[in-house]
Amino acid sequence: MVKLWIDGQKVEVKENTTILNAAKAAGITIPTLCYLESLNEIGACRICLVEIKGCNKLMAACNTPVDEGMEIYTNSPKVRQTRKINLELILSQHDCRCASCVRSGNCSLQRIANDLGIVETRFPEHIVNKKWEQDFPLIRNNAKCIKCMRCVQICEKVQSMNIWDVANTGSRTTVDVSENKRITESDCTLCGQCITHCPVGALRERDDTDIVFDALADKEKITVVQIAPAVRAAWGESLGLTRDEATVKRLVAALRKMGFDYIFDTNFSADLTIMEEGSEFLEKLSHKETEVFPMFTSCCPGWVRFLKSQYPDMVGQLSTAKSPQQMFGAVTKTYYAKLLGVKPDKIFCMSVMPCLAKKAECAMEDINDANAGRDVDISITTREADRMIREEHINPALLTEEEFDTPLGVGSGAGVIFGATGGVMEAALRSAYYLVMKENPSPDAFSKVRGLQGWKEAEFDLGGTRLRIAVVSGLKNARRLIKAMRRCEVQYDFVEVMACPGGCSGGGGQPIHDGEELAGIRGSVLYGLDKSSDIRFSHENPSVIKCYEDFLDAPLSHKAHDLLHTCHFKG
Amino acid sequence: MSRLRIITQNQAQKTVENLYEQLEQRITASPPGLCPVDMAASFLKISHAQSCGKCVPCRIGLGQLQCMMEDILDGRGTEDTLDLLEKTASAIFYSADCAIGYEAARMVLEGMAGFRDDYESHIQKGRCICELNQPVPCVSQCPAGVDVPGYIALVGAKRYEDAVRLIRKDNPMPAVCGLICEHPCENRCRRNMMDSSVNIRGLKRFAVEHAGEVPVPKPAEATGRKIAVIGGGPGGVSAAYYLALMGHSVTIFEQRKQLGGMLRYGIPSYRLPREVLDEELKVLLSVGIEVKYSSKIGQDIKINELEDEYDAVYIAIGAQTDRKVEMEGENAPNVVSAVELLRRIGDETYPDFTGKRIAVIGGGNVAMDVARSSIRFGASEVAVLYRRRRVDMTAQKEEVDGAEAEGCEIMDLMAPVKIALDEDGLANGVWVKPQITGRIKEGRPIPCPSMQQEMMIPCDLVIVAIGQGIESKDFEAHGIPVKRGGAIEALDMSGVKNLPSFFAGGDCVTGPATVIRAIAAGKVAAANIDEFLGYHHIIRTEVEVPQARIANRPTCGRITMKERINTQRVKDFKLIEIGMTQEEAQQESSRCLRCDHFGFGVLKGGRSKKW
Repeated sequence: MVKLWIDGQKVEVKENTTILNAAKAAGITIPTLCYLESLNEIGACRICLVEIKGCNKLMAACNTPVDEGMEIYTNSPKVRQTRKINLELILSQHDCRCASCVRSGNCSLQRIANDLGIVETRFPEHIVNKKWEQDFPLIRNNAKCIKCMRCVQICEKVQSMNIWDVANTGSRTTVDVSENKRITESDCTLCGQCITHCPVGALRERDDTDIVFDALADKEKITVVQIAPAVRAAWGESLGLTRDEATVKRLVAALRKMGFDYIFDTNFSADLTIMEEGSEFLEKLSHKETEVFPMFTSCCPGWVRFLKSQYPDMVGQLSTAKSPQQMFGAVTKTYYAKLLGVKPDKIFCMSVMPCLAKKAECAMEDINDANAGRDVDISITTREADRMIREEHINPALLTEEEFDTPLGVGSGAGVIFGATGGVMEAALRSAYYLVMKENPSPDAFSKVRGLQGWKEAEFDLGGTRLRIAVVSGLKNARRLIKAMRRCEVQYDFVEVMACPGGCSGGGGQPIHDGEELAGIRGSVLYGLDKSSDIRFSHENPSVIKCYEDFLDAPLSHKAHDLLHTCHFKG
Repeated sequence: MSRLRIITQNQAQKTVENLYEQLEQRITASPPGLCPVDMAASFLKISHAQSCGKCVPCRIGLGQLQCMMEDILDGRGTEDTLDLLEKTASAIFYSADCAIGYEAARMVLEGMAGFRDDYESHIQKGRCICELNQPVPCVSQCPAGVDVPGYIALVGAKRYEDAVRLIRKDNPMPAVCGLICEHPCENRCRRNMMDSSVNIRGLKRFAVEHAGEVPVPKPAEATGRKIAVIGGGPGGVSAAYYLALMGHSVTIFEQRKQLGGMLRYGIPSYRLPREVLDEELKVLLSVGIEVKYSSKIGQDIKINELEDEYDAVYIAIGAQTDRKVEMEGENAPNVVSAVELLRRIGDETYPDFTGKRIAVIGGGNVAMDVARSSIRFGASEVAVLYRRRRVDMTAQKEEVDGAEAEGCEIMDLMAPVKIALDEDGLANGVWVKPQITGRIKEGRPIPCPSMQQEMMIPCDLVIVAIGQGIESKDFEAHGIPVKRGGAIEALDMSGVKNLPSFFAGGDCVTGPATVIRAIAAGKVAAANIDEFLGYHHIIRTEVEVPQARIANRPTCGRITMKERINTQRVKDFKLIEIGMTQEEAQQESSRCLRCDHFGFGVLKGGRSKKW
């Protein structure tokens, strides 16, 4: 243990603790900006500076370890003055038109500037704008970038993609797409983790809310919206709702108030996915000699993009089942259009997703099978949905809960856990067990695959067949797993991969809380919903059963293949 | 009234002079990878400030060049800007009245030719193609990428064994390098911005000498794969060491009686004592490497036999043969090659030059080595004949100074033209033509014959030290590509085109270079041979580097290495250089600015823990 004094207060911490953490332990706040715990402790913004007695230089608290007997001042006149100058320097190169910024009110730079009492800046403004492909689902605004390098770090250290890098040197040092590429030429998976870890508004999703408002205003259109599982665990966070208030039924009410004609649940198509993907897996298992294992889940478009660009030779191992979003679109514009007795192109089908990659997924040409343009016309993130609610001046706290529409608003507990890492695997195993054993397992029989670890593995017995499964979340973990697989160090039959750490709960389209990782808390909300659900097996979802009876015939039927499966080699 | 007065600098001028010096130091410490256009624009700004302002091209033109360069840097430039930049710079070059103007313009033109693609990238993509890949200057300058701040911190913490372990991860020969490395790591040391570079080599030597015996790590599980390494010099031994650590079965084929290559047969023991070399080799071999001595590949063993018997072959034969001066009298029996002489010394056959006058032809390190060795063999006079200026010598400055201090006569701007023979056909002198230094070509001025008369330097023995050749004929016959001049053509991953199991590196690929380059080539080859064989063994060390702490770094002079006094050291072949004291090593290690932590290092990872 090391004893030291911070602002006159005696503190005792473990050796090699940083000054920042020592102060935190003592209840003393040191402002930080570029700092991202264990990922970006680079002392770049020079906001967390502190004065150490006997040292003429101010030191960054985030990456300076404590020493025995240190006397640290976190707010001495020298610190105060220097910190303020540094902040003003940052502001001089930041587009401070906060009123038109998507992160206004949720911006670390804005907060620190307010906290430090900045009322005017003494330096002339020097804003550097750079061109960006505005059609790409991920938008970077150089004029707002403060070069904290968090995006570079998260993309490299958590996602192993290295899409971002430091570009140029000297005064023109900035962040840009690595290897001198354009973003459209890069292998960006659109996981969106760079956005959720950006302290300011330099990174955001392409805003598609106007398209949705236009559709809502179009009297000719029947607007259908699906809500992804993970959205319900997060949507209320940026609207000031408590977790108890922010139920999915209140979100349904808000969307209905906004004018959507039919409000459905992606849980329905998650259950459908389980029927198709589970059956596909069992089919593969029955031809064990000729099939290549493991089979990979295909519901995460970030992961699918990853595999296509990083290991194209393994794309054939992806389940051919479409993601729940796309299954929903295909079913809506065929089966449901028929139920409504309308032409499918009358329907505007939209999704609310915790995800950016979904925007790209629904725009893929070869994903559409309903012969009515896009199966899913547009996908918006949880954040965009929240912004729409605000734009409509809806106060969701005052709304009474409302039910989803039927039949596509019915989902099982197995469907809802799709939003957490391990959920797809667990849901699939629940139904696979049933399909093989002709009886249900205990719904919690496969709970071993839950939890936030990046790489989980388990073995289960399925009617005498030993199943080796793995669940990974975060693309670096996916890469580790694939590398280990290719070196024959591990062998699996079925692998679930989610691009975002913790799965969709921690998705790149979810509300942003700087410095907090909420995938775990949101995931536990989803597991709670599963537990309290009346239906806990995808194969028991009555709407799914009916859909097969009336329309699709059976899992893997000809029609199911046409509508619910895709060829990953195209597009 | 006084007519004249003594000119003294005012305070402002003194300060500026001081700043000039600091700027020079700062430029010395420029990290590699900076945007060259940005740097060129910055130089131009300084050049412009130097203008007296009298003439149009310099006063106005240099400013316009800057504007255009800024436009290009800020993404406002087009091909037209580039075109106008070139035309304007040319106009300034042709028309400026003095060097302040035309030399500034010439620098711009040189840059436009030298990093045109970077200009293009700024115009087309709005960004620089350069990248600061390795942010720690010393590590980036070390061919083997040794973790310099890491081991300096370990020396500071008095953890010498760990320092040696950490160095060996990237360079298996710290003892050798602690004495004779050319220390490119020191060139761009950021400490230059404050005072002067850290004495890195000296600290390495200190670590090795205080670590005691540091055993090698346990090799990985045996793979059963066999690798032949041809040549037991630093490159071959390094490759063999890493390959053996990876679990492969390695055999070194050494044509001479002992290992070491140029370390033994090129470098005299007053720079690298044999005991140090032998001890280092012994430790490295202890990892489990077989050595076949006196086996010359191509003669004693055919290359296709190796190819059949081994899974991979690493050619590290070095540059071992002498080169002829191609002049009259060269074949006299008392005209010997430096390579030949040093080889004999390597096997501890010492000639007696007592009372003899020696003429050494050449200006490289080898020339200095034979000159200084000759003094130790009792020569009465040693003259080093070199056609360029002393400052143009390729030998390290310390070597030239050392030779001179020991009594060698450095005769520069003297081009040998023929060797004078007596009636018995023995050389009795070297005719030289005095030279005048001329235009600069590739950074060095070309010597040209002056109008002075040729003269004869009388001598009893001529030693020719004008470079080394590569004996690659047998390899060429086997289908290994060889460049003109005999160098083996290898790819940057050290493989050989069309022969997947053959790898080559070191002097035999690059021509005579440095020990650290040979070691680096061996490391690269080991990694890629391992991959070629289908493995991915990781070389790492568990040594934890002490965390960088607060950055209170007062200025402090560099500890320089002391040497034994001249009159004593010329009498023997014992090590000249004296190692640092404990006190010196502690102070010197504390001078390290820890660029692995402070600055870009903390972002881009100043440390690679494994390879």
